[in-house]
Amino acid sequence: MQWNSVSEFFAMGGYAFYVWGSFGATAAVMLLEMLHVRRQRQEMRRSLRNELLSEGASS
Amino acid sequence: MKTSDIHWFKFSSPPNFYWLAGRMWPWFATLAATLTLIGLWIAFFVAPIDAQQGQGYRIIFVHVPASQMAMFIYLVMAAWAGFGLAFNTRLSGMMASALAPTGALFAFLSLLTGALWGKPMWGTWWVWDARLTSTLILLFLYLGFLALQSSIDDARRADKACAVLALVGVVNVPIIYFSVNWWNTLHQGASVSLSKSPSMAAPMLWGMLIMVVAFWMYTIAVTLARVRTIILDRERHTEWVKNAVE
Amino acid sequence: MKTLGLGSVLLAVLRREVSLALRQKGEVLTPLVFFVVIASLFPLGVGPESALLQRMAPGVLWVSALLAAMLSLQRLFATDYADGSLEQMALSSTPLGLLVVAKAISHFLLSGLPLVLMAPVLGLQFGLDGRALGLLMLTLLLGTPTLSLIGSIGAALTLGVRGAGVLLSLLILPLYIPVLIFGAGAVESDAAGMGAGGHLSLLAAMLVLSIFFAPIATTTALRISLE
Repeated sequence: MQWNSVSEFFAMGGYAFYVWGSFGATAAVMLLEMLHVRRQRQEMRRSLRNELLSEGASS
Repeated sequence: MKTSDIHWFKFSSPPNFYWLAGRMWPWFATLAATLTLIGLWIAFFVAPIDAQQGQGYRIIFVHVPASQMAMFIYLVMAAWAGFGLAFNTRLSGMMASALAPTGALFAFLSLLTGALWGKPMWGTWWVWDARLTSTLILLFLYLGFLALQSSIDDARRADKACAVLALVGVVNVPIIYFSVNWWNTLHQGASVSLSKSPSMAAPMLWGMLIMVVAFWMYTIAVTLARVRTIILDRERHTEWVKNAVE
Repeated sequence: MKTLGLGSVLLAVLRREVSLALRQKGEVLTPLVFFVVIASLFPLGVGPESALLQRMAPGVLWVSALLAAMLSLQRLFATDYADGSLEQMALSSTPLGLLVVAKAISHFLLSGLPLVLMAPVLGLQFGLDGRALGLLMLTLLLGTPTLSLIGSIGAALTLGVRGAGVLLSLLILPLYIPVLIFGAGAVESDAAGMGAGGHLSLLAAMLVLSIFFAPIATTTALRISLE
């Protein structure tokens, strides 16, 4: 283990903004992508179900 | 059920692939999460400080995987596209469309992390080095694909047109990289290059490798999940879709 | 009935293209004017300092030529598509690839060649000397046919699509980048005393590659658009 303290870890030798910014942005983008894919699926299912219902009602 | 009993070709039909993808993506997601944790552990607690770049070099543990994936996804996309054009299969086009957004996002992340790496190391937010510039052009190729996809209403025509575009693009990628490299070395003033990464100690290499595989597993998981929605959309008039969404 | 050889078919299509285009002289001249206007915008934007302009000239003129060549691409197939003659040509016994090559050649003659001829005039405004002007013309001569060929792929892909113009540019410009790099690079390299031989060979190689492969991609794209 090379970090003498938690604050040293977060400081990243002065590069905190850049290092945590990079990892943070990557995590954020991937998380948002996952959520987006899930929401797309939910919306698709909902709209298809509505289509079915309206078809059933009119037939 | 023995592996030999599974007729793999049946999965080239949308309903079967829909089912298969639904079973598979959670596994890839778990794999991705596990590998990411291991990779991050190595990145922060095993890999030592770098002599020249201090702690700042750790950005490579996300920058390099993102760049690799952006490149690799484009190749896989083009492969699916070519397959779809050659054999006129619906599913191949859907897979290519499912891959594109993830590829574009990785290209963007590669540029973003590249900038965050370049600023402390070389003093500027953007550096016109060969790799960054080529990645920027790769992002343009992805955006073109996505734009063409969304502007053609007929899904089959959109898939086929995008397939041609992806194939033309993939042939051009080495040409683009070669010419950007030439352009860069020709105009080399200060020798600034992000390819001058720190000398790779073994833990650094391992960490990067594990992160690359982790991103790859993530890509497969997200793509399989996304293609399921695409399949539902494209096959909406079939009986099996109607049963699936009820 | 005597069957026509491919060569005479090509010439016939070429003659048709050129005569149709010349009837709409405005459409042929507009990209040329665009070229001049765009190239003139740069000094207005960065200032008239001659050393800077001389340095910028190959790149600026090449980018302007690129944009101007792209302007007329949308019309490449659109008018024939609109009146149904494109479908007729696709159904006829002549290979569609022939039509595609003919259209690319006519695009070069009507749009690329005028740029080649206009470039020295603009180059003088930027302070380029005779040798650089000649080299610029040569690179444009080698490069603009490639731009026409690659551009035809984009035109075929975006046929009849909403917002085709801007979409076409987005699709095509990344593919134009290598031509730009070596075209402008040739003039700069020669000015720096390093010779332009390598650049010119690469431009020629890219032209040959596009002659072989672009028509295949364009024909495939046309068939997809015509389905």
